[in-house]
Amino acid sequence: MLKTIGVRSFNDLLSDIPEQRLYPDISLANPLSESELFNNLVTLSKENIGPEDYSYFLGAGAYRHYIPSTVKTIASRGEFLTAYTPYQPEAAQGTLQVGFEFQSMICQLTGMDLTNAGMYDGPTAFAEACLMASRITKKNTIGLLPSTDPRIVAVLQSYIKNKNLKILTIRSKEDYKQKDLACIGVQYPDFFGSISDVKSISDICKSIDALSVVHVNPISLGLLKPPGELGADIVTAEGQPLGIPMSFGGPYVGLFSCSKKYMRQMPGRIIGQTTDTNGNVAYTLTLQTREQHIRRERATSNICTSTQLMALMVSVYLATLGPEGMKRTATLCYQKAHYAADRINNLKGFEVEKQLNFFNEFIIKCPTDPDHINDALLTNKIIGGLNLHPMVENGMLVCCTELNTKENIDSFVTSLEKATIG
Amino acid sequence: MYKKTIDRTLLMDRSINGRISFEVPISDVPNQKLPEEKHLRSQLPLPELSQLEIIRYFSTLSQLNFSIDTNFYPLGSCTMKYNPKINDELASLNGFQNLHPLQPPKTAQGAIKILKFLQEYLGEISGLPGVSLAPLAGAQGEYSGLLIAKKYHERNGDFSRNIAIIPDSAHGTNPASAAMAGFNVVTVKSDSSGNIDVKDLKNLATDKIAVLMLTIPSTLGLFEPNILEITDTIHETGGLIYADGANLNALLGLVKFGDLGVDICHSNLHKTFSTPHGGGGPGAGPVMVTKQLAKYLPSPVASENKGTFELFTPEDSLGKISGFHGSFGVAIRAYAYIRSLGLQGLRSVSENAIINANYIQSELKEHYDLFSERHCMHETVLSAKKQKGNGVSGLDIAKRLLDYGIHAPTMYFPLIVEEALMIEPTETESKETLDEFIKVMKQIDKEVSEDPELLKSSPHFLPVTRLDEAKAARQPYLRWQPNNH
Repeated sequence: MLKTIGVRSFNDLLSDIPEQRLYPDISLANPLSESELFNNLVTLSKENIGPEDYSYFLGAGAYRHYIPSTVKTIASRGEFLTAYTPYQPEAAQGTLQVGFEFQSMICQLTGMDLTNAGMYDGPTAFAEACLMASRITKKNTIGLLPSTDPRIVAVLQSYIKNKNLKILTIRSKEDYKQKDLACIGVQYPDFFGSISDVKSISDICKSIDALSVVHVNPISLGLLKPPGELGADIVTAEGQPLGIPMSFGGPYVGLFSCSKKYMRQMPGRIIGQTTDTNGNVAYTLTLQTREQHIRRERATSNICTSTQLMALMVSVYLATLGPEGMKRTATLCYQKAHYAADRINNLKGFEVEKQLNFFNEFIIKCPTDPDHINDALLTNKIIGGLNLHPMVENGMLVCCTELNTKENIDSFVTSLEKATIG
Repeated sequence: MYKKTIDRTLLMDRSINGRISFEVPISDVPNQKLPEEKHLRSQLPLPELSQLEIIRYFSTLSQLNFSIDTNFYPLGSCTMKYNPKINDELASLNGFQNLHPLQPPKTAQGAIKILKFLQEYLGEISGLPGVSLAPLAGAQGEYSGLLIAKKYHERNGDFSRNIAIIPDSAHGTNPASAAMAGFNVVTVKSDSSGNIDVKDLKNLATDKIAVLMLTIPSTLGLFEPNILEITDTIHETGGLIYADGANLNALLGLVKFGDLGVDICHSNLHKTFSTPHGGGGPGAGPVMVTKQLAKYLPSPVASENKGTFELFTPEDSLGKISGFHGSFGVAIRAYAYIRSLGLQGLRSVSENAIINANYIQSELKEHYDLFSERHCMHETVLSAKKQKGNGVSGLDIAKRLLDYGIHAPTMYFPLIVEEALMIEPTETESKETLDEFIKVMKQIDKEVSEDPELLKSSPHFLPVTRLDEAKAARQPYLRWQPNNH
């Protein structure tokens, strides 16, 4: 091949690279054969504690749900897994039609008009929604309720840096009167599990020319009224609960839906239906004039991934569960969490925060440091809830999903009791 | 790929009331009172299908795709190399896949170790030892890197540095990320041989320059011969150098960014480090910096303290860029890829990627115009200028390639090349595949003069013919609606 190229040695191809910089010292581990590699990673994986042996009461943004076999089967097909962004629609109708199904089903789940093809994860989707609200309203303050996940707030802070935007935590009715409010962001259910009053917040937004940005737990929408029916302008979500493994925090997919009138301000990829020259139905990426490869520094966002594989998993998940499966899964999450809360509330020294309208997460106030309690729980093969101290004094955010059996919950309650005696 | 009639009916139009494919368990806890009626949804329109119908639907759709597993995919700047299957298997191990991101670090030592080791490897490969795996994609890596540059200047009391210089050949995310980070974008021209016009750059180099963003090698597939003079010029003004690592597949083990005067870079794990593209993500865009800039890295960074592995936030961190710890599932695959190759293996990746691209360039230069006669790195940019004379565009050639079962090159990019066809074969393709591709490209060139209409109406053998893109944009139809037939 070098002969065809017309060089004597490979190094002749590197003549543009400063010679003294070529072939530097690099220290890497020695290569492993496939079987050695397998052993290496199996060993590392066993240094982790996973849910085969432990029961989980931890949520706070990532949730353990059952993933149907259909999801894994379809997502591991090489035709989906090893394709690229569908720039050549004729050679990517599979990816594109799935993306269109994804957009459709997320619209149906959220009750919104439009959904894009997918964002990186929940917090970045929410941050992009706040930026979009600011572009639309030409206002610069992002209002957030105090019950917003601190991780979401932190990501938002990174996204608005150097943009002349500021975050206002809304603590009283007075704060709504801020003239500069571009949007009010509300989690539904909120970070502490409460089913927030999205309708009232959307109404307030409409009265002050701000947009409501509602960040949902998509599983809860199997049971709860969709934000689209509550007046939301933009809806975002962490898509992970819908068939994506927790995988230590990623990859996930951000869901992003909005009202039709804001279509051209949306960030991200969008897939549309059209026809081919023979009049047959076909799908393609569309409305690309919003995007970075065309608009460059004037694009709506720098994003150019849609986390398509995760969007595929979400699509297969929703199709597999269907309306009945989604409703029953969401109801189970609710039932188990309320059962657990009930039992913990009867424990001496523990108190469940007085908020009856939670979905599947709730705060318990512990008699001692939740970290100590969690340590004790670990010895009983239980991963406890998130320590909320000092945000909530000795508070623990407990989560149940359909995968927590009654036996798990009862043993969790018993262990909580023992943890404080011991 | 073969042409046949395929039923494209959408899921909702296939739905049959009451059909199910998945049993949810019966509740084993005492019945709890549901929320008030006003909080509950009245209906949820989702498809109702059997499991077989679902599997068959999605499997059939998958067959409408080109993919690396089924087709040669020489898509320039996307590094569509083979994705080793073992890496997918390893990422799906229970002990990784089922880990909650917030479970106590002492219960996730194996996972944090992988993050730490991968950071070390990427630091070694790039010559930039400060690494954070938090960014979820290349564009996020860029954005993080630019926030680091911003913070560095601000900490120096240098608040007036607000310019990011970006070459006209750069990927669109560069200016978009720079704008997001609050910089004014100034474009520096490429000269006729594809290098940065150093004279132009020197005129632009003032004390207002915050950062110069360079893709190394450039999107033209060329290594900038004046790289050291360029990085020195910017450093002399007090500015920083950002390297877009999208094309790192050309440089593994051959040269380190850090040795070229680069201060900050990102790498796309889904390109260079072989993690599957998934049809448009997930990706991962770790950001690497000099030791001096490491304190500004996005949170978290993995570290080791006396045998215990932990995740920490650097002392003057720019903050969080993603919800948890980055794309862990992608990081495992990249870790496995590097472990399986070692240094010699990585070097031969880049050597073979460069040889493959030059081989194609040499074989096709009689038939297609070259942007530059120079040897290329891992990709070559051809131009269909000559074919355009026969009324056939780069687009037509790209579409015709699909008929031969080969994915199209990247088209019309870089923007500075007329009728650009950017070809990146990668190192994982055999000489036989390259020869077949070369044969097809020559055949297409012949067709250009013999039967231009054949190309203009291509593709002919795909599930659909060319699409009405204008209709898609003018009458946006973006979701299923009932009774649309």
